[in-house]
Amino acid sequence: MFDNLASKFSSAFSSLRGKGRLKSGDISEIVAEIKSALLDSDVAISVAEDFTQKIQERAELVLDEVNKSTNPSQAIFNIVNEELITILGGSARRIRFAKKPPTVILLTGLQGAGKTSLAGKLAKYLKDQGNTPLLVASDLQRPNAVTQLQVVGESVKVPVFAPEPGNGVGDPIRVAKDGIKFAQDKLHNIVIVDTAGRLGVDAELMEQAKKIRDAIEPDEVLYVVDAMVGQDAVRTALAFQEGVGFDAVVLTKLDGDARGGAALSITQVTGKPIIFAATGEKVTDFDLFYPDRMASRILGLGDIQTLAEQAKNALDSETTAKLEKKFVEGEDFTLDDFLAQLEAMKKMGSMTKLLGMIPGANSGAMKKQLEQFDDSELIKTQAIVQSMTPLERNDPKVLNGSRRSRIAKGSGREVSEVNSLVERFTGAQKMMKQMRTGKGGMTLPPGMGGMGMPAAPIKKQQSQSKKKSRSGNPAKRALES
Amino acid sequence: MALFSKLLAKIRGSSISSGDWEEIERSLIESDLGATNTKEIIELAKKVRSDEIESAITDELRKWLSANSRDLASNFDRVTTILIVGVNGTGKTTSSAKLVANLNSKNKKVILAAADTFRAAATEQLQTWGERLGVRVVIGPQNGDPASVAFDAITKAKESGCEYLIVDTAGRLHTKSGLMDELGKVRRVIEKVSPVDEVLLVVDATTGQNGITQAKLFMESVAVTGLILTKMDGSAKGGVALAIERETGIPIKFIGTGESAADFAPFDAQSYLSGLIVN
Repeated sequence: MFDNLASKFSSAFSSLRGKGRLKSGDISEIVAEIKSALLDSDVAISVAEDFTQKIQERAELVLDEVNKSTNPSQAIFNIVNEELITILGGSARRIRFAKKPPTVILLTGLQGAGKTSLAGKLAKYLKDQGNTPLLVASDLQRPNAVTQLQVVGESVKVPVFAPEPGNGVGDPIRVAKDGIKFAQDKLHNIVIVDTAGRLGVDAELMEQAKKIRDAIEPDEVLYVVDAMVGQDAVRTALAFQEGVGFDAVVLTKLDGDARGGAALSITQVTGKPIIFAATGEKVTDFDLFYPDRMASRILGLGDIQTLAEQAKNALDSETTAKLEKKFVEGEDFTLDDFLAQLEAMKKMGSMTKLLGMIPGANSGAMKKQLEQFDDSELIKTQAIVQSMTPLERNDPKVLNGSRRSRIAKGSGREVSEVNSLVERFTGAQKMMKQMRTGKGGMTLPPGMGGMGMPAAPIKKQQSQSKKKSRSGNPAKRALES
Repeated sequence: MALFSKLLAKIRGSSISSGDWEEIERSLIESDLGATNTKEIIELAKKVRSDEIESAITDELRKWLSANSRDLASNFDRVTTILIVGVNGTGKTTSSAKLVANLNSKNKKVILAAADTFRAAATEQLQTWGERLGVRVVIGPQNGDPASVAFDAITKAKESGCEYLIVDTAGRLHTKSGLMDELGKVRRVIEKVSPVDEVLLVVDATTGQNGITQAKLFMESVAVTGLILTKMDGSAKGGVALAIERETGIPIKFIGTGESAADFAPFDAQSYLSGLIVN
């Protein structure tokens, strides 16, 4: 997502790191590099200027202090990190719930920002937290926007209030109002109102947005913006802020290679935080926006917190407890357990995305391998294990030639692939035993690392390097070396 | 950015301070021309007499325009097939409809293919347009194979003797290689029946420097022949399109300026360029 910015920052800092004692000139140099990185990443020019000026001032101020420390470049790095977090909105913001339900959320933004898709994702997110959201189709402008919302609603099993067919027919203000009433009657505790996309310069439609707002008095007005937007981000955001006003920003299409400058600009210029980020085509590709994590990501520090959280969400507590018990009691880790892990990993989403959260993932070599990582490996591996009998899964030692060839046929893979899986699995089993005796702390069930799976990379690293065999996963290898 | 023209008026004939240059640089960057491109222009402009700056900048920008033809392909003896591609939310479906209206006005016989089988209700959106414009729309099942819809459409287009087939595809981020491959397949499958004459990449005028990567990657997978620059009725200048032309040679063929079918026009270099720097 913020990859481009990240790789530029990391090259700027690597030149600084070689320097030892820093002079005022060094600071100006890196500040200039940061500025050009920001501009190339579509950060608004005024924002880039303010940001770099702040860095310059702060760095100059502490220069003497910094040079006494063992690692001057780190101190500068910290300043940049802190300023990035500040500019990105400080701490994570959550939806503010109304004291008296329903909580009303109004979505606004340009055409094509992704409001309707987002409405579905937001509804699912809130529903999964135990709420009873209602979607309201107030986009009566775009052809079949109403149908789209209905389909989206059905896919996330959230009811949609759509009394009007749309396509230019019906009054969006009335629909919004009736939607709230409907939600009150049916005891929905949240209402998400989808509205038509409009341009910042379209006074008439902006007036309509204002009227919808005044009619339903939303608790949250969310401004939905495409992460790929350029310098216009600021102008349009300000137009919406003046026109309809908003409380927080939602960034969409963050799964592309957008440089994410808009995120920095909009929060800085409007003073409104980014609350959510949408990161993919699936309805679950959606999360709260964490400024500190995003800053880490921009600076190439990785995003371990999100990774850990996703792992926790994906591995249900029962499976985890079972595995922990096995681990503690010295039972053997079986291919069945492994299969459960694979399932969990699939739930966590794209492997490439997960790997991107690992520290250093944006550095040259690692990044290239990341791009080549094939998510379908997971499915192939799963197919191999699923082609085994329960006996084989529990005790891979019984896997002789004919069994292996049967498994290969059953899963549509080559025998060599079955062999390599079994080999890596046995390696992982062994490693687990070593770790148990060595009392290695684990956050994730073991086996993944040894199987060439990249989860829980941090604590694994030391034990991994002890292993003679190199990991089968190229991304993992890059991490090891 | 009335700023730029005011500034130029102010500095005409007098010497230019570094602050003035900063203003010019700022306004070019704000048009999404890109930081590097802007720097280049400023360097160039600094070399000419101050009363020639404006024309020097315009001339340089004009040089960046692609030399490729901006006319829409057309055939006399067979159906002309146009593929509409782009990232999500740039306005592909609307642009497809506008293109139909444009061809309708020239009394061409057109057929539409709803090959966006992914986005919820995209097919219905195109069908609504089809009804409004009185054009047949070939559809397939939701989440079906877009290539099969396209194949169906080209076959029907041929049978019914249509002059143009316009294939609306699903939005996809250029970084998703699987989805980009799918697009390549759509093209290949159509070409089993009849050649694809145009692949038009729809780019949103609000897009930043990311537009360049979009163009490059779409170029790689489906050999883009032209751009449709949409949402030019907003406050964005669409400078990234010029950066795309310069970098890839893909010419802007059409400009979209609103939600109705008539808000669409062939690219006009003069008004685009002056929009970038004067306006």
